[in-house]
Parts: sequence; C-alpha cells; structure tokens
Amino acid sequence: MRGNQRENPVEVLLSDYLPIAIFFGMAIGLGLLLMLSAVVIAVRNPDPEKLSAYECGFNAFDDARMTFDVRFYLVAILFIIFDLEIAFLFPWAVSFGAMGMVGFWSMMVFLAVLTVGFAYEWKKGALEWA
Amino acid sequence: MSVADFAFYCFASVTVASGLFVVLARNPVHSVLWLILAFLSSAGLFVLLGAEFVAMLLVIVYVGAVAVLFLFVVMMLDVDFTEFKAKMAAYFPIAGLIGAVFLAQLVMVFGVWQSADGAAQMRGAPTPDPAARHNTAALGDLIYDDYIHLFQAAGLILLVAMIGAIVLTLRHRPNVKRQDVLAQMYRDPARAMELKDVKPGQGL
Repeated sequence: MRGNQRENPVEVLLSDYLPIAIFFGMAIGLGLLLMLSAVVIAVRNPDPEKLSAYECGFNAFDDARMTFDVRFYLVAILFIIFDLEIAFLFPWAVSFGAMGMVGFWSMMVFLAVLTVGFAYEWKKGALEWA
Repeated sequence: MSVADFAFYCFASVTVASGLFVVLARNPVHSVLWLILAFLSSAGLFVLLGAEFVAMLLVIVYVGAVAVLFLFVVMMLDVDFTEFKAKMAAYFPIAGLIGAVFLAQLVMVFGVWQSADGAAQMRGAPTPDPAARHNTAALGDLIYDDYIHLFQAAGLILLVAMIGAIVLTLRHRPNVKRQDVLAQMYRDPARAMELKDVKPGQGL
C-alpha cells in the first residue's frame, strides 16, 4: 500500500497505531473469551440459600457504600492542576527550538504563577493528610 | 470504506452510545464509568483527525484525573437516589416543557446560522502539514507566543482553582499531632535529656 501514490499524511500516522489496534483487539478478545467460557463451561447450581446470611449472621442493616471524605476531593483537584501544568509543559518542550524569548518567558511566568499557588498550598498544610 | 472510516464509525457510535448511558444509567458510579468510555472513544476520534497530542491529553487529563474527581464527587454526595427518582416523575412535565423550549431555541439558532466567506481561514491558524511538523510541535509554536494572553489566563484560572479548593475544603482537625520536621532536625541529645539528682528515699 505504501509508496503506490502520494499518501494522506494522517493515514501514515494512523498506520503507526496498528500495533495498538492489534493489542486492543487481542485484549478484548481474550477478555470476552474468559467471560464467555465461564458462562458456557462453569457448573451452576443457583440456590437462594447460597445468597442468604450465613448461619447466625444477620442481614445488612444499611447500604455498605459510605460517603467519601471531602479531603479526597481536595487531593484530586490539586492533582489535576499540576497534571495540567505538565500538559502545558509538553508542547513547550517539543517546540522549544523554534520558539522565541516571548515563548520562553511566558512559560516562566506561567510556572511562577503556579508556584505561588504551590507555596500557598504547602504553607496552608493542604498537602498534609490530617 | 477504508480502515480509518471504519474506525471513525466505531469510535463515533461508541461515543454517542456511552454518552447516552451516562444519562440513562441508574447508578451514578456507572454513569462515571460510561463517561470514561466516552472520553476514551473521543480520544480515538482525535487520533483519527491526526491530533495525537490532544488525544493523549484527553486520556491523561480527563480519564486519569477528571473522571477520578467525578467519582469522588459522586461518592461524596449523600444523595438518596430512590427518593430522587420518585420526585422526578412529579417534575417531569415542567422539565419536558423547558427542554422543548430549549431545543426549539437551538433549532432556531442553528437554522439561520451562516458563516462569512473565508471565516474559517480568518479565525484560526492554518494547520501545518502533518508530515512537515508534528502536531505537538505545531501546538507549541502557537500557544506560548500567539496566544500568550489566553495561556496566562489559563495559569491564573488554575491558581484560582487551587486556592478556591483549599479555602472551601481544607479543615484542619484540632488535637492532631503533626510531624514538625525542623523541630526533629534541631533536636539534640544534650538538650533533649535532663539528669536529675534524686536523693535516696525521696521522690522527685
């Protein structure tokens, strides 16, 4: 296919993804195989007693799901912010050679702004769990 | 139909279907899981467009971080969804009315939508040839120079989000002993210990 005519560059890019597609197909196929073989092969003897509370046990009083502490949310949102900071650093680093001083200093200002936030976060003790 | 077209239809139908299940799933945690599937398949759509960097960003930021945040929020909310469902039937007529009005407005707006000639060329930077410049580098050429104001605004928004999250949710519990690193480092045996001369037969 390659070299017959001038190919669409996006198609060239997509051909790099062929191993990923093959890997994905194998993963999905294997997963389906394992689940379906359990349905076909496994011995099944359903009985209501198997689901009931064991001997002297009792039925559940309440839902087992508990509400999460709000501190998990704080950790997640602080993680997202620095995740995005790294995401902005990436194209900057890739096109660094073609960039002028404006590009360099704009990233420095961006990092400084977020470092102010980081110092605030550290000083307030948001990184400590208790 | 080429392989790329086939992949497009696969990803697009998975995106639409999982978006539908986000709304229809009874369990909110399942909704978040469907949302993750929608993010992943739209990342596949971005790859098909040749925007690899945006696709990977979608996986890292949305699937890796935003979806986790949504899960925490869903698990943090103590909403009784069975009661919620019961009330939903009562509000259904007015909700349907509002939805119909909104849909009519959208149809009216998009019905008369017209683009000026050459608007597509005027509003954006032209996409460079993918063979000549990699899309990540092409993005990097633009963001930090031409769109410096938006970039700095993004930094400020992130700062505001950080400070806002800390102000709203950070509550230190009283009577919790924390590690004081400096106090530990400056501790020396000469001052940490004190020798008492205890007379025989007497206590301290």
